[in-house]
Amino acid sequence: MDLTFSDEERAFRIEVQTFLKEKLPARLAAKTRAGQSLTKAEHEEWHAILNARGWLAGNWPKAHGGIDWNAVERHIFEEECALAYAPRIVPFGLMMLGPVLQKFGSEAQKAHWLPRILTGEDWWCQGYSEPGAGSDLASLKTRALRDGDHYIVNGQKTWTTLGQHANMIFCLVRTDPDAKKQEGISFLLIDMHSPGVEVRPIVLLDGSAEVNEVWFTDVRVPAENLVGKENEGWTYAKYLLTHERTNIAGTGFSNAGLEAVKRIAAQEQSGGQPLIRNPHFAARLAKVEIDLMAMATTNLRIISAAKGGHTPGVEASMLKVKGSVIRQEINDLARRAAGPYALPFANETLEGANEPRPGPDYAGPLAAQYFNNRKLSIYGGSNEIQRQIIAKSALEI
Amino acid sequence: MNFELTEERQMMQDSLRRFLRDRYTTEERNRIVASEAGYSPQIWADLADLGIIGALFTEEQGGFGGDGFDIACVFEELGRAGVVEPLLETGILAGGLLADLGHDQLLEAVVAGQTQLAFAHSEPTSRYDLSHVETTANTSGETITLSGRKAVVQNAEAADHFVISAREGGTIRDENGISLFLLSKDSPGLTLMGYPLMGGGRAAEIVMDQVKIPATARLSPPGEAYPIIERRHAMAIVAASAEALGAMETAVALTIAYLGQRTQFGRPIGTFQVLQHRVADLLIELEQVRSITILAAGHLNDQREIRERYVSAAKNLVGRVGRLVAEECIQMHGGIAMTEEYALAHFAKRIVLADHRLGDTDHHLERFIALTAS
Ligand SMILES: Cc1cc2nc3c(=O)[nH]c(=O)nc-3n(C[C@H](O)[C@H](O)[C@H](O)COP(=O)(O)OP(=O)(O)OC[C@H]3O[C@@H](n4cnc5c(N)ncnc54)[C@H](O)[C@@H]3O)c2cc1C
Repeated sequence: MDLTFSDEERAFRIEVQTFLKEKLPARLAAKTRAGQSLTKAEHEEWHAILNARGWLAGNWPKAHGGIDWNAVERHIFEEECALAYAPRIVPFGLMMLGPVLQKFGSEAQKAHWLPRILTGEDWWCQGYSEPGAGSDLASLKTRALRDGDHYIVNGQKTWTTLGQHANMIFCLVRTDPDAKKQEGISFLLIDMHSPGVEVRPIVLLDGSAEVNEVWFTDVRVPAENLVGKENEGWTYAKYLLTHERTNIAGTGFSNAGLEAVKRIAAQEQSGGQPLIRNPHFAARLAKVEIDLMAMATTNLRIISAAKGGHTPGVEASMLKVKGSVIRQEINDLARRAAGPYALPFANETLEGANEPRPGPDYAGPLAAQYFNNRKLSIYGGSNEIQRQIIAKSALEI
Repeated sequence: MNFELTEERQMMQDSLRRFLRDRYTTEERNRIVASEAGYSPQIWADLADLGIIGALFTEEQGGFGGDGFDIACVFEELGRAGVVEPLLETGILAGGLLADLGHDQLLEAVVAGQTQLAFAHSEPTSRYDLSHVETTANTSGETITLSGRKAVVQNAEAADHFVISAREGGTIRDENGISLFLLSKDSPGLTLMGYPLMGGGRAAEIVMDQVKIPATARLSPPGEAYPIIERRHAMAIVAASAEALGAMETAVALTIAYLGQRTQFGRPIGTFQVLQHRVADLLIELEQVRSITILAAGHLNDQREIRERYVSAAKNLVGRVGRLVAEECIQMHGGIAMTEEYALAHFAKRIVLADHRLGDTDHHLERFIALTAS
């Protein structure tokens, strides 16, 4: 047992901190800290800064322009970024599609698509879920019919995060309707500007505009955009899931969130003293902090094993459940802390967003964040599905 | 012992429920919530015609109800339909204070639905502390001068008049020294900054810079308004608890219906036992909320210590169960519950945000402990 990071790891952490201090634009950090959503240009700006340093694709092998960080290095980078309120790296191209293409794509696909992810020429979104296929993803119906050297795609995807910015979407489509559920699915790359693609925004309960419906009507997709083999898309999708799960615990976000709650609770007054000294509030805060402390170490134990070559299985499910619950609890504390000033609706997408807001600046987005982050336990495999995975593995059924 | 509603209350509840079911549909509500005014003048007039505002006042006050159970009955239905119209502000709080203080001239117009009111009491740093009043009132001859700022005053923009608290003696958090005044919205020196609320409806910050009002605008004896405010606050908590109960019933009903319709893995998701048990827990907790609301409503006329202990118990339990119900209903729906368009969103927001008004879960836990110890 050694609970400390190695000298190299500590040096790396300082390197990351220095980089963030020098290169992270204060404007972007302020927006992230205030819980405001970034514009497309702002996301791209941050990606370009990371790319210039060679740190945009920490998880990619060097051969493809990445740096091949091990799990611990990646963790340090993510944690420091969150603490500095750096914008999140948009994951769809970098964390999801990239690894799939590297493993299953043709040489031509790798040569064409991978560099464009790094330069930001393409903005990818993820076309998995459908209205009828959520937890039961394999029941998806979007149909791709081979027609010469094209596929003709018809159907609908939904919940497509940031699809409004995207020019490309990677989709799971059904190519063999007669095969067993999982066996007739293919992995297809579709240009969103093709005739027949329509994107409709979905407004979420906090007023945010981050997800969309994507409709396909007789969309012609070049057959060369098929990744791997026809009808084997499910295998690639499962592989992608393991990559989607790095940083699944989100400890960096929780650390930053906890700091924010403490800051707010020190400023809020309750019965003539700072809220943070109120025993009931302090007890709530302490419990989350203890949970987070333990989970951060669970996370490090798993990451350490991953560095040694062990692929996390049920451990990832455990981190997904605990990580999401802790983040949601922190969001709950933050809105609680704001008291009555959590009530005003500070919708940034509405007109008049620049008008002065009632109450302290920090209060504006707290209730919205609380509601928005209910998604954490729903998407990427709901917490019920994760628990099912954990239990099945333990019970060997 | 009899937990049945009287025949009159049952009839009122039925007719209100029918009216809201027909008229306050999800589409209509979404339209109202998104509207500039944040409420519907037509619905307001119809509610007055139905006698719903009158049901919040006693006969002496010009109404035909006014008991804790009348209030609970009305607000449960309002909650069930997700109504955002300001009955709590105009009826229970500001209107109720006018009635308590025997200031009757406006009440007829209130009951008839012809005027709206707001209770301007909370301040930027008062949080949930009812005695925290920094706004000052200075009397000189026949003129009273108000200065200060009131925070998150619901329905301020639609109101013609405010019932406003100000300090005439004591220090910031003293119970003694607080007075109530009637203030017309168009008084010189008064500025409003309005904004929409996340759970529907609107509120405003009210800044008073040397606002002059006549001595006749005084509503309470100088410095003695606190017990009156506290009692009205208790009635408001009964109303808010009943409203949250109604909203929770709708949230759970939507969830149960959805679990029966939504299929994944070839079967309705309601067949998954893990979801069944969670629905069962919600149903159990709903009964708890109904009971605590009845308890608080039934003790509104008791002496202060007893009344307030039940009231704090209710607000604490409603806050706890409310969060559970909102979060579990969203979770069991999956992604669909995250959309603004789907009815649950509105109810989930109202239920959770009800904990940011009239004292939150922790505030009332502390209060319950203090009242139990004393
Ligand atoms: C904000 C947001 C962003 C998203 N972004 C994307 C995106 O970019 N791309 C994309 O493809 N998808 C995206 N998703 C979709 C997401 O992955 C799905 O919402 C998720 O898979 C759950 O599916 P569902 O919403 O259809 O719920 P359902 O699958 O219908 O589930 C409803 C409820 O039933 C439970 N349940 C289902 N099956 C079982 C079972 N066997 N046992 C016990 N309980 C069960 C669930 O846990 C849930 O509580 C996003 C979702 C959200 C909310």
